[in-house]
Amino acid sequence: MSTMPDLVPAYPEIFLALAGMALLMIGVFRTKDSTGLLTWLAVAAMGVAALLIVNGPQGPVKTFSGMFVVNSFTVFAKLLTLAGAAVSLWLINAWVHKEQIARFELPVIVLFATLGMLMMISANDLISLYVGLELQSLALYVLASYHRNNLRSTEAGVKYFVLGALASGLLLYGSSLVYGFGGTTSFDGLATAMASAPQSHVGVIIGIVFVISGLAFKVSAVPFHMWTPDVYEGAPTPITAFFSVAPKVAALSLFLQVLAGPFAPLIGQWQQVIVFISLLSMGWGAVAAVAQTNIKRLMAYSSIGHVGYALIGLAVGTTEGARGMLFYMLIYVFMNLGTFAVILSMRVKGRAVEDIKDLSGIGKTNPGIAIALALLMFSMAGIPPLAGFLGKYFVFMAAIKAGMVPLAVFGLLASVVAAFYYWRLVKIMYFDAPADAFDPPDTATGFIMTACTVLMLVLFFESAPFVGGAETAAKALSFG
Amino acid sequence: MDALVTFLDDLPILSVITFLPVVGAIIILSIRGEEAVVAQQARQVALLVTVTTFLLSLTIWFGFDASTAAFQFEEKVDWLPQLNMAYRMGVDGISMPFVILSTFLTPICILASWHAIEKMVREYMIAFLILETMMVGMFCALDMVLFYVFFEGVLMPMFLIIGIWGGGRRVYSAFKFFLYTLTGSVLLLVAILAMYLQVGTTDIPTLMNAKFAANMQYWLWLGMFASFAVKMPMWPVHTWLPDAHVDAPTAGSVILAGVLLKMGGYGFLRLSMPMLPEASAYFAPMVFTLSIIAVIYTSLVALVQDDMKKLIAYSSVAHMGYVTIGIFTANKQGVEGAIFQMLSHGVVSGALFLCVGVVYDRLHTREIARYGGLANNMPKYAFAFMIFMLASVGLPGTSGFVGEFLVLAGAFQVNTWVSLLAATGVILGAAYMLYLYRRVVYGELVKDDVKAMLDLDAREIAILAPIIVVVMWMGVYPSPILDVMSVSVDNLLTKYHAALATPQAAMLPDVAERVVAWLK
Repeated sequence: MSTMPDLVPAYPEIFLALAGMALLMIGVFRTKDSTGLLTWLAVAAMGVAALLIVNGPQGPVKTFSGMFVVNSFTVFAKLLTLAGAAVSLWLINAWVHKEQIARFELPVIVLFATLGMLMMISANDLISLYVGLELQSLALYVLASYHRNNLRSTEAGVKYFVLGALASGLLLYGSSLVYGFGGTTSFDGLATAMASAPQSHVGVIIGIVFVISGLAFKVSAVPFHMWTPDVYEGAPTPITAFFSVAPKVAALSLFLQVLAGPFAPLIGQWQQVIVFISLLSMGWGAVAAVAQTNIKRLMAYSSIGHVGYALIGLAVGTTEGARGMLFYMLIYVFMNLGTFAVILSMRVKGRAVEDIKDLSGIGKTNPGIAIALALLMFSMAGIPPLAGFLGKYFVFMAAIKAGMVPLAVFGLLASVVAAFYYWRLVKIMYFDAPADAFDPPDTATGFIMTACTVLMLVLFFESAPFVGGAETAAKALSFG
Repeated sequence: MDALVTFLDDLPILSVITFLPVVGAIIILSIRGEEAVVAQQARQVALLVTVTTFLLSLTIWFGFDASTAAFQFEEKVDWLPQLNMAYRMGVDGISMPFVILSTFLTPICILASWHAIEKMVREYMIAFLILETMMVGMFCALDMVLFYVFFEGVLMPMFLIIGIWGGGRRVYSAFKFFLYTLTGSVLLLVAILAMYLQVGTTDIPTLMNAKFAANMQYWLWLGMFASFAVKMPMWPVHTWLPDAHVDAPTAGSVILAGVLLKMGGYGFLRLSMPMLPEASAYFAPMVFTLSIIAVIYTSLVALVQDDMKKLIAYSSVAHMGYVTIGIFTANKQGVEGAIFQMLSHGVVSGALFLCVGVVYDRLHTREIARYGGLANNMPKYAFAFMIFMLASVGLPGTSGFVGEFLVLAGAFQVNTWVSLLAATGVILGAAYMLYLYRRVVYGELVKDDVKAMLDLDAREIAILAPIIVVVMWMGVYPSPILDVMSVSVDNLLTKYHAALATPQAAMLPDVAERVVAWLK
């Protein structure tokens, strides 16, 4: 009998899995509606998982025959994912009760999706990567079509599923090529194999391109972004909020793990692909958003653009780049959660509205919401003194240091275009004549909105510890 | 008493001046009650805070040691140690007068908006107070990133001021202002990042002593130029200014012309000249050319304007042309003249916009042809307007003369043609300003609604009288201001010419080479 693997590094994931199953049982056997209770239990479970991560092993530890890795990078990414998921869950809870479509499965599915994300982040093998990714994706497909009596929600679910399955297929095909030509699925084994003769792995390179395509789909980078606006628009708003933060963090972390890990020696090959994806995402994310009228579609293009900026950090392929990317993601998560809290507050006489025009003149009618959204938009546009500026500062610095000045200049010019549509929201809120006033936001949504807005200032003025965290995390990657 | 003195000495005075307006904004934010009450209290708090800020800023004027070029009242707090970035503030003889200019103009703007702004008064006052923080902070910042933060931060409140409280095509103008400035600024950011990566710090005094390779300097200089030229604004990127001025509320125009335009000139003096001397010398002929075009062309354009604000806006572009000429002459008269011209223009053009605001509040039009004969029923107004008009023309005895004269004297030493062509702007300036004055103030008082206009009230006199005093004082006895900047300017120019004289050896390696390597 083989020896038992070391379970300690995986305690957070094991705990989340058990908690998910226990929550499901509670929901099934309780006769009353237990969505609210389960939401709080799920948030608590995430909190416990976060504690387990913080107090667990930090240094590079591998277990399950090297398929599962824990290091300071995974710690950072997992904490960020958990934070994003927990806050989203809070928003979801406030929303389902207002819309009266509460079902106890919802927090459970979010919990399993989060579990999948943590697995992705810790993946150190193509197999564990795929298992984590699929657990996450399947849960997300269900979430997208959660509002099952709503045509757009079911459409979003199906679209997401079909295109997501295609992306998974690409990823699997790429993995099989990598395995076929590299001889192993283990990241460590691949790293050794690649380091020996980096130029002679044509088959592996083709495999990598497929893997990158699959991952680019998951992070919704151009040209694999087509699903994003439709899914963002169709899915219930708080679930869109969840989509726009937690899976993005997990998938981008995975992107870093894969390319900086086993395929680091092939940087010359994949770098140009990432530069290309990054340029397209920044450019198209900025240009296409200008014409949007639905705020959720606008946020979809905004997140495409932000992924482009984060990918600059990956494209440069240095520790500074990874640091910039992680710090960018940190800011992005809270910036987006705050913005979605505002979008969730867009309710006129009990009915949710999501047209940009509905924001007209709320600077007069709802000054609190307006100032929060204005600051969040300034942050998105990268205007100091808000945190979004520092996020961009770090990735562009990494790009210029690596000599990619044209990439940085292009990104900055794209950010001016993007700034136009972010500021257009400010214009609509403050310059246009007032339309119907919004209902006052509920406590949870109002709190999240305020907290995220304040955080944009805090992250700017007190950024040193967070940058330090991102730096420690980035150093755990095997970039030179 | 001694305790008080020590307390005041230990006070981080620059930070206090910079952030006191933000404190005021927070106080205004917390006012509750009926709209009219809130509006009135917001006005009072804003006035109180800005006047206090001005009085506090006088302490740096009186405590300033003009015999040294070193930065004074320095403060330093670590901000992002990972990047060697610090919150570092300090002023020298070049930046200190601009701090005073900003704190002097803001309370005037608050007073000028007392009755003119009726909607969302609280938000308006908050925007103005935050704007003051950004302006003062920018002139005090001694870290490039901090400088950039304040430089960009100005956009937010100004965008809102034009867009919410402006008139006409306010949305178009707000966006034009914002997009022009932001596009220029991001290129400045690239230059800042590249300089940081070369030297390893964004500390401005350290960077002033760093030496960059000549071919890299050109790129860095152009990146900065994109930003400062838009802000100045220089021809041909000046087109946002007339729109922004016309559609901004009076006080917005005052700040825009009075302080925001000076940010470009200050940027040239603080960053481009000392850090990139070779490139500054290399591009000086281009700057002269653009400036001369600006002086002559925009003066001619000003001559045919029907809108008072547009006319003054174009005259601003022309006057800023003198400033850029003066800066890049790189001699003492030129640079001092440029700084003096900026200060003078800040006060005078601000006052001219206030004068337009006075009649606009009464008749709600800025069309020159709708007025005429105001000297008959508004003698006090006609007098104040005359002083500012003559100061703008550069009549000896007013502040405008000193700056223009020094700039022309400086330019004459470098290139007589530059001096000659720039001097034609003085004539054209007299032409369009006197023409404006004649059409508005002289002539027969025939129009009925113009006849009904009342002369300046006490509030308006309180706004304009201090500016008249300042304008005359700066014109008759400019030496206190020139003395303050003298040592700092000497220091700047000594280093500048020393850098030009040293050979290109011992320079830092080139980021451009890395770019070329990457592109291959």
